[in-house]
Amino acid sequence: MERRTILKTTAALAMAMGLMAAPALAQETLKIGAVGPKTGPLAGGAAVTHWPNIALWSKEVNERGGIDVGGTKYMVEVIEYDDQTNPAETIAAVTRLATQDGADFILAPYSTGLNLAAAPIFDRFGYPQITSTASTDRVAELSGQFPNLFFLLGQNSQIVGNAVDILSKLRDAGEMGNKIAMVNVADAFGIELAATAKPIFEGAGFELVYETSYPLGTPDLSPVMKAAKAAEPDAFIAWSYPPDTFGLTEQAIIEDLNVKVFYTAVATAFPAFKGRFGAAAEGIMGIGGVNAESASFQDYAARHTAATGAAPDYWASGMMYASLQILEQAITGAGTIDRAAVAQYIKDNSFDTVMGPVDFDENNNNPAYWTVGQWQGDAFRGVASTGREGAVAPMLKAGWK
Amino acid sequence: MDILITGLFLGGAYALIAMGLNLQYGIARIMNLANGEMLVFGGFAAFWMYTAAQVSPLLTVFLVAPAAFAMNWVIYSVMLRPLVRRARSRGQLEVDAILATFGLSFVSVGIMLALFGGDYFNYSYLARPITLAGDTYALNRATAFVAAVLICAAVYLWLNLSRPGLSIRAIAVAPDSARLVGIDVPRLAALAFALGGAITATGGALLSMFFTLDASTGVIFTLKALVIVIMGGVGDVRGTIVAALALGILETFVAAVIDPGLTLAAAYLLFIVILLFRPQGLFGRRGA
Repeated sequence: MERRTILKTTAALAMAMGLMAAPALAQETLKIGAVGPKTGPLAGGAAVTHWPNIALWSKEVNERGGIDVGGTKYMVEVIEYDDQTNPAETIAAVTRLATQDGADFILAPYSTGLNLAAAPIFDRFGYPQITSTASTDRVAELSGQFPNLFFLLGQNSQIVGNAVDILSKLRDAGEMGNKIAMVNVADAFGIELAATAKPIFEGAGFELVYETSYPLGTPDLSPVMKAAKAAEPDAFIAWSYPPDTFGLTEQAIIEDLNVKVFYTAVATAFPAFKGRFGAAAEGIMGIGGVNAESASFQDYAARHTAATGAAPDYWASGMMYASLQILEQAITGAGTIDRAAVAQYIKDNSFDTVMGPVDFDENNNNPAYWTVGQWQGDAFRGVASTGREGAVAPMLKAGWK
Repeated sequence: MDILITGLFLGGAYALIAMGLNLQYGIARIMNLANGEMLVFGGFAAFWMYTAAQVSPLLTVFLVAPAAFAMNWVIYSVMLRPLVRRARSRGQLEVDAILATFGLSFVSVGIMLALFGGDYFNYSYLARPITLAGDTYALNRATAFVAAVLICAAVYLWLNLSRPGLSIRAIAVAPDSARLVGIDVPRLAALAFALGGAITATGGALLSMFFTLDASTGVIFTLKALVIVIMGGVGDVRGTIVAALALGILETFVAAVIDPGLTLAAAYLLFIVILLFRPQGLFGRRGA
């Protein structure tokens, strides 16, 4: 009996002390939820663009003492979930963060599809969703439906339109002919871009001499490249995903595809692309681009490399980091962690980011973004944008050596 | 001619993917759903050796094969042998093995993620054209095809000419009777399983020359291997080789002549047709 009493007393004492000590020791923390693919088909892309930025940002915020909210410093604690590239898992993870983990803010998931899948959940629980890896033409419709949904990366029709503009200019200057070979991955992304691109190319007077789609994960793309080569195009355009972006480029080198413009989509802007193809990457165009000469991007790239051991990509990485900067600046600017007030602050203000100033329009869309980039020297430089500074002139692809 | 050679190269790659699973499933009776992860592991080893020390993937395979052999031996002894012991029927073992190796595949993906991160294993090796019969092909694919031919021939000859090969074939045909004639079934099953893992990892190292892999791509290869093994007939090396080549040539033919978008559809159509007329697979035995 006696021992039990002692135990009880000790326990009670410990509890009481714990309770008393708690307020004194407690540090203000913000719980930040992060959802994205660590496994599944998009894990490779998320490992380049999504997760390293979250690691970099949370480290930097905590090293400088936290986020300033009305004079109080809040450290950030990131709670990560792997959604396995499965929309159902994304929804489950966001719901869990909102209802069980009590996340103060939730970072937007990775990719167009997973962001759109999770948008109703963000909306229902009132979390602002600042997407940096979603690209769609339904921005106005979506932001009408989900008022706290923001878009940084741009719209497909602009991305395609600017690519066609570049080709038109090169053709009109007499630097290349009129014939285009266009292929796409048979996946939502590739199908939408190819469907958008076809009428724009035809409207601009181009002739599509070869056109096909191939399934995601096609193990051998040499039949595609051989057929494209046989059609003798002046430009090769592929609305491709990471494994096939690499596969098509390798086959083009092997077949010595003789084109003036070679364009592949997602992953062209990855540092690993240059790492793999070296000098052969020179002159290859793709989605995205950055102002590689800007001091803010160079500083960001250096910090990214130092903190995560890998360089950022030249498209969405910077936008992903910008979305985190916007969230932080909005929390500080609003002076509260009230989510509605923070969302309103994002709508009403402009932000200074590593990609330059960002000011969302009435549709929660960032109107100024890079659309086409090109490997020139050691960087994938923006050659076209919808209002960013620092574009360089496009050059023709000159062989594969 | 162009289609035939491209198709043969692709078929050779498929044979590398599926041969190991055939040994594991046909002889050790383990339907190994973590097969693709072993392949990715081999690919990663090749990537790492190449980027860190400029070691050719063709040399790395001589490191990968013994390492994978040992690893698979341990996996079989520690994790799968208890399942074999307690299984009362082939069906029960199959269910248990599927569940266990399904779990193993998740664990493998997790370990690879933790060790290497989720980024693509990307490098370029022998990405040069060679000319055969007037057409150009990728040298790395041709090299992988030659390796596939050597490996398949070695496995086939070993199974048919050597004493352990004979015993292993006996296990594939009649596991219960094999014990009665003095064959050490548990040891040879472990040998077959480990050998299968070694071949799969070797295949991964070779295929990484032209496939872009990441830690979670394994499941794609497991599926492909499964289709080929079932199509060719479980436990028969010839079946796997024929099915792999048929699939490679068919996919290339469809891509080149009809439409690249229909390759998957054509592959699964072939799968269905074969199963309709030969449910046991091309070289499979009825009732096996």
